[in-house]
Amino acid sequence: MTIDVDSLRDEFPVLRQEVYGRRLIYLDNAATTQKPSAVIDAIRHYYEYDNANVHRGVHALSERATAGYERAREKLRDLINAASVREIVFTRGTTEAINLVASSWGDANVRAGDEILISEMEHHSDIVPWQLLCERRGARLVVAPISDRGELLVEEFKARLSERTRLVGIVHLSNSLGTINPVAGIVALAHDAGAKVLVDGAQALAHLAVDVRALGADFYVSSAHKMYGPTGIGFLYAKSPLLEDMPPYQGGGDMISHVTFEKTLYNETPFKFEAGTPNIAGAIGYGAAVDWLNAKGVQTLAQHEQRLLAYASQRAEACNDLRVIGTAANKATVLSFILDGIHAHDLGTILDREGIAIRAGHHCTMPVMQHFRVPATARASFAAYNTFDEIDVLFDSLDKAREVFR
Amino acid sequence: MFDLRDLYQQVIVDHNKSPRNFGKLAGADRVAEGYNPLCGDRLKVYLRIGSDDSIEDVSFEGEGCAISMASASLMTEAIKGQPIDRFTDLLRDFQHMVTSDLAETPDERRMGKLAVLAGVREFPSRIKCATLCWHTMKAAVEGDRAVAKTE
Ligand SMILES: Cc1ncc(COP(=O)(O)O)c(C=O)c1O
Repeated sequence: MTIDVDSLRDEFPVLRQEVYGRRLIYLDNAATTQKPSAVIDAIRHYYEYDNANVHRGVHALSERATAGYERAREKLRDLINAASVREIVFTRGTTEAINLVASSWGDANVRAGDEILISEMEHHSDIVPWQLLCERRGARLVVAPISDRGELLVEEFKARLSERTRLVGIVHLSNSLGTINPVAGIVALAHDAGAKVLVDGAQALAHLAVDVRALGADFYVSSAHKMYGPTGIGFLYAKSPLLEDMPPYQGGGDMISHVTFEKTLYNETPFKFEAGTPNIAGAIGYGAAVDWLNAKGVQTLAQHEQRLLAYASQRAEACNDLRVIGTAANKATVLSFILDGIHAHDLGTILDREGIAIRAGHHCTMPVMQHFRVPATARASFAAYNTFDEIDVLFDSLDKAREVFR
Repeated sequence: MFDLRDLYQQVIVDHNKSPRNFGKLAGADRVAEGYNPLCGDRLKVYLRIGSDDSIEDVSFEGEGCAISMASASLMTEAIKGQPIDRFTDLLRDFQHMVTSDLAETPDERRMGKLAVLAGVREFPSRIKCATLCWHTMKAAVEGDRAVAKTE
């Protein structure tokens, strides 16, 4: 199946604009994707017709809001093939989901002398919560290095796995390199060593079909806003037995079943981990994004994105003043690069004035920048609505930067 | 209509390519480090204060975008040999210039070559690139060894 990109673009109102008199070329999808009308309309409809608090009203609106919120949970369960909706906890996003695991599961299971093993290509949100945990518990953070192509060195990873390893944190699709990690294999190795695995799926779900049971992941986390959904909502998937045993993360309303001043009984999972009024509109928008992805077919969208990436990589190769950072054999959606003599930040500004939105910086993966000994990279990241023509404009516009700095 | 050359004036491009007063300063008595967490730019400034409270010598090193490199280079040129009070005045004037209303023409008599950096006003996300070196120099002048940040 192929997609009709023109009609797909029509579904994204934001793409219809010009910036600085040029048509907008949005290539910062790894930071956040744009939203189709279906998602925007679902949120609007919720506020116009169904707005009420969830899980606590007997009136019609509250019942509709609750049903919409819980339907979204079911859609996510289905998307990642979790065994039960009780394994899906809504969070503010990937970052909060990882912090939830590090605090709740981590404090209960990690002891002095234990180790948390992560890769060198993790996002700061899959580094810092573990550092904090290690500080609290007297545990050690161990890092598995990557190759100069930006691939995990599996032998090095194995060498760092031991009976001390409590948990492995691994990114599914790297936001700064585009690398797709062999997650199922990593999980098998970790399980053999007796460690649990958290997979950072922030970038993955918009570009890959994910089956958490096939992967064997103990925890899988993601954010709606990187998969055509709204900001401020994401989820934690955790295998039921793990989640059942985990202590609450935050206390408050909704997460309890009975409260006296002497003792509080907690609500069942997943509600035990959703204290306070949640982001109801966000969840409903998230559900609409999942519907949208399913209707288009993630694989179909991904095929188009792969062609874009291949084309962009080919154009990059033709420039002798350009170095691509991240050349893994198995990669998706991300082209990170540096241009000789031109700092990524300057390039970002110059492209911006051509209407092209890219990201320039360390992409919240400073250790990756340190590995490649660059202060920053320019990053073009593709989504389903991008076109070959846009890639041509991007590469032609590099000449503008070369001209300025000649 | 906006022109990229408003930001990347030739002077800036030149100073980026061959920054003045670049490298460690032998016999420096003040050092400060600056860091812009947004883009990862790092800067170190070295300073030697003379007996008459003037900036006897100054240098910087680091890596960053053209704006931050050129700004640091131009700053060292502007303050070398000047009394510390003059640095304080220039810092204030520079900050004013890069955050002032676009309608305001920079005071070239006061700012000298530094006026070329007035172009960053059009680029709110780039103002910090131009001011990083000034914040860092302020920390050095005040003898503060902590890392200066742009925020
Ligand atoms: C790989 C990866 N992990 C984690 C995150 C954090 O996601 P969020 O900011 O939505 O919590 C991001 C997004 O920046 C990411 O790309």
